[in-house]
Amino acid sequence: MTRHTEDDGDAGDANGTTETSGGRDTGGCGCGEPAPGVPEAGRDEQPSIFVPDEGEVPEADAIGARGSGSVDSGGAAGDPAAERAATDGGVESASSGSATGGTDSTELDPDAYDPVDVFPGGDLDLREGADSCYKCTSCDTSCPVAEVDDEFPGPKFQGPEQWRLKRKDDHDIDESITSCSNCMRCDDACPSSVPLSQMHNEARGQFVERQMEKLSVEYIRNRILANYHTSASLASMFPRTASFAMNFGPARWAMEKVMGIPKERDFPEFATETFREWWKARGGAKVENPDKRVAYFHGCYSNYNTPEVGKAMVRVYEHFGYEVMVPPQKCSGTPMFANGMLKDARRHAETNVENLVEAIGEGADVVASCTSCSMSLRQEYPELFDLHGIDDLAEHTFEALEYLRIHEDLEGELDAAGGLDDEREFAYHAPCHARNQGLSRQAVETFRDVDGVTMEDVGDSCSGISGTYGWKEEKYEKSMEIGAEMFEHMEDADGEVGMTECPTCAMQMEHGTGYEIEHPLQLLEQTLGA
Amino acid sequence: MAINSDVLVVGGGLAAITAAVSAAREGADVRLVSHKASTLRQASGLIDALGYVPATEPAKPLRDGPPTAGRELDPDEWPDPEGPLADPYEGIERLPESHPYRIVGSDALRDGLDLFDDLAGDAYRGGHTDRNALVPTFGGAVKPTARYPAAAEAGLASDDRPMLVVGFRSLTEYDARAFAGRLEAAGVPFDAAGAEVEFAEAFRADAKVTRLAKALDHDEEIDGVPAREALAKAVSPHLHDVVDESSGVDRVERVGFPAFLGDDEGDEVRAELADRLGADVFEIPMGPPSLPGLRLEDQLFDALDAEGVRFETGNPVVGVESATDGRVESVAVDRKGRTAPYGADAFVLATGGLVGKGLDSDRDGVREPVFDLHVDQPEDRYEWFVDDAFGDQPYARFGVRPDERCRPTDAEGEAQYENVFAAGGVVGGADAAREKSASGVSLATGIVAGRQAATEATQ
Repeated sequence: MTRHTEDDGDAGDANGTTETSGGRDTGGCGCGEPAPGVPEAGRDEQPSIFVPDEGEVPEADAIGARGSGSVDSGGAAGDPAAERAATDGGVESASSGSATGGTDSTELDPDAYDPVDVFPGGDLDLREGADSCYKCTSCDTSCPVAEVDDEFPGPKFQGPEQWRLKRKDDHDIDESITSCSNCMRCDDACPSSVPLSQMHNEARGQFVERQMEKLSVEYIRNRILANYHTSASLASMFPRTASFAMNFGPARWAMEKVMGIPKERDFPEFATETFREWWKARGGAKVENPDKRVAYFHGCYSNYNTPEVGKAMVRVYEHFGYEVMVPPQKCSGTPMFANGMLKDARRHAETNVENLVEAIGEGADVVASCTSCSMSLRQEYPELFDLHGIDDLAEHTFEALEYLRIHEDLEGELDAAGGLDDEREFAYHAPCHARNQGLSRQAVETFRDVDGVTMEDVGDSCSGISGTYGWKEEKYEKSMEIGAEMFEHMEDADGEVGMTECPTCAMQMEHGTGYEIEHPLQLLEQTLGA
Repeated sequence: MAINSDVLVVGGGLAAITAAVSAAREGADVRLVSHKASTLRQASGLIDALGYVPATEPAKPLRDGPPTAGRELDPDEWPDPEGPLADPYEGIERLPESHPYRIVGSDALRDGLDLFDDLAGDAYRGGHTDRNALVPTFGGAVKPTARYPAAAEAGLASDDRPMLVVGFRSLTEYDARAFAGRLEAAGVPFDAAGAEVEFAEAFRADAKVTRLAKALDHDEEIDGVPAREALAKAVSPHLHDVVDESSGVDRVERVGFPAFLGDDEGDEVRAELADRLGADVFEIPMGPPSLPGLRLEDQLFDALDAEGVRFETGNPVVGVESATDGRVESVAVDRKGRTAPYGADAFVLATGGLVGKGLDSDRDGVREPVFDLHVDQPEDRYEWFVDDAFGDQPYARFGVRPDERCRPTDAEGEAQYENVFAAGGVVGGADAAREKSASGVSLATGIVAGRQAATEATQ
């Protein structure tokens, strides 16, 4: 049995129960259930197939159409010229050396196809991880949800304990898995390297696929939240209207009643010019350098909502002499993992892996400005999917500031630039996903010695939003309760501007304090005069 | 290019922090890299130095040959450890010569404790004297310790005021009545009673201690009553539970709780409870997960920040990246599948012992995985342990063997690298569990390793 990925174009059915799942040859019991003790996510060893989302014009085409004012959405997806336009703004139609993104082939050359054996035997066998747990409960004490939610049994239960329970006949996943916000703090806390978040992702995927009512409001709402990429790409065709309509009072009231999206939250504004539109209008990269190349994974948010972060990234990297590539890409998958929509995530991953691996082949490292995006490409991709080149991608992915700190003399450069003339003070919050990559202190340390910049770390509490978690009506109060500590610390800090790498943390910081929030790359751009 | 600093400290516990701060105070630019969140959160929060001097020779010669399953053990094969010691310093000279205290000297322990006092400030007590304090722990045992959290102060066993110990049915690992019984059996100079009260029942049956601490921090309403008030109300009927030898009933003067009385607002929570109960309130240090450990972790990491130490957690140091002329130039840090070099003029290894995973073991041997340092061990695996579970287990003393500058040595006793130093649990020679010396060894070796690394780096 293999998964029917042909169906994946049909967004309504892609996570449907009709689909048999699990790639292992179980002798065709016909029930679609895996053998006891054999979780299914990750056992998806088929060649990657690149299928666009339903209702979404292919990436290259969408950009081209909006950029030129044309609404022609003809089948240009496979047209190399259109691909080029998306990548470098079309200025170098005959150039070489620039990543162009993938071809939309549905068949991979079988000779070149070399499946990556992530899990021996093709199983996502987490036995070793469960065995490593010695129940010290460090994960539970680090869990921001368990700290406020009496209904939530904590990561130790969700991970190793539940994994053991479902090895026998009882397959049901406890519904409380949907209360895990996927902040992944438990991973960082575990002294025994139990793959807790991997276990949670796998359990959540199984719960959503097998036990969740596909016509329920909750499922549909979660699906919409998880597929932010799709809604954002539609909204950003009419950014002003969308920004208004999404935050229009009566509409918000209706959304809470019908969809369970809390009316207290303001939807982020959509930029009138997306990052990719800007990139195209700019004419793509200004620096060509075959020796120093990075492929920028901007993610959905920098593209549709905060293109200034993407622009800062480009200017800073060009300042250091890098050739920036902007390959076609989809959602990193983070909101999909958090909502158990693993098939959606996989579909997007196929596009990302294909295009980014091609850029790597052209000498680039992959750089993300969102710490959840970099986390996803580095850790969750290889943990959950078995796609050709996925380990390669994980190995070549970095967060934007991290990459510069490793490869450039950032301190020296900042020193030479001489700092800011007008003093600026920031209240910095480290996103949970930055913590897991060892990046929680990098912004504070980078700017510590820069004249005119004061940056205060507002402590190690979670912001509480965890991507889509705080966007659910039933979680809203918990989300604000978790965030309360951060809000207090922000208000105690001298700075009146917030700073963080994560777009949803930024939403929460703004929501809780009313501060304007910047990304470290923006400050880097400013301090370097890039 | 490498990420550089004068001194790179590998690890995130007490020894690593001590080494980092002491190196920074010598003027070095210091970076600390810890694989995971600090294991201080699993520690009791007590800072012990030396509570016992255990025997290193059996009372009777050990039987020959390997142990056999089911064979009866003679519990009297090993004499009881000497102690509890009133003064940790006076016991040092009776420790084996290979003990870290003997190698770095008692002044190092004194300096380490001084540094700790400086970093911990008002949050800790015990610095006024060299002598050990006797602090009851959650099993009802009394532990000799050099420093203890201010929150535990009113619970000292040397205090003769009558004590009530409060327990909760949902905290299964902790039984208040057994605790009080064990204390009295140990001959403490006061009357004690234990009482199980209704409070945690409002939370889920396996509520995390952090959940309880948070509810008290925020004084959340529980069934309409603020949490602190609700807790005091649950306890107050038991304030006369103590019965003395002549069957007289006295009002208790101090009340002990499991250590979950608030996290950030602990002082305030304790003060309010004390006020409502009309008695001193103290916390009893618990096993992991431990609020006192979490609080200490927060405090020490804030101190690192204040000292200008750069630190990061989340990525492990996996090995030596480059070394020449007997010096390590850089180590490899695994950043999610790709290693990045971290360069330094000197390195401090403070990754912990077998439990902390600073030492790795299998059937073939025991290794130090970061620098591949020499770990002294009997070749025959059956010599790694002795029959008596409470005997002098050789494995308990496994670790790297330092010279007087805390540089790990090879089998010949020569420093393995000129610029690599070691501190804490990865250093062998101490039987920390039996001696009650884990924190003291971390402080003493941490301060020496930190200073020596700074000297090495800045000379």
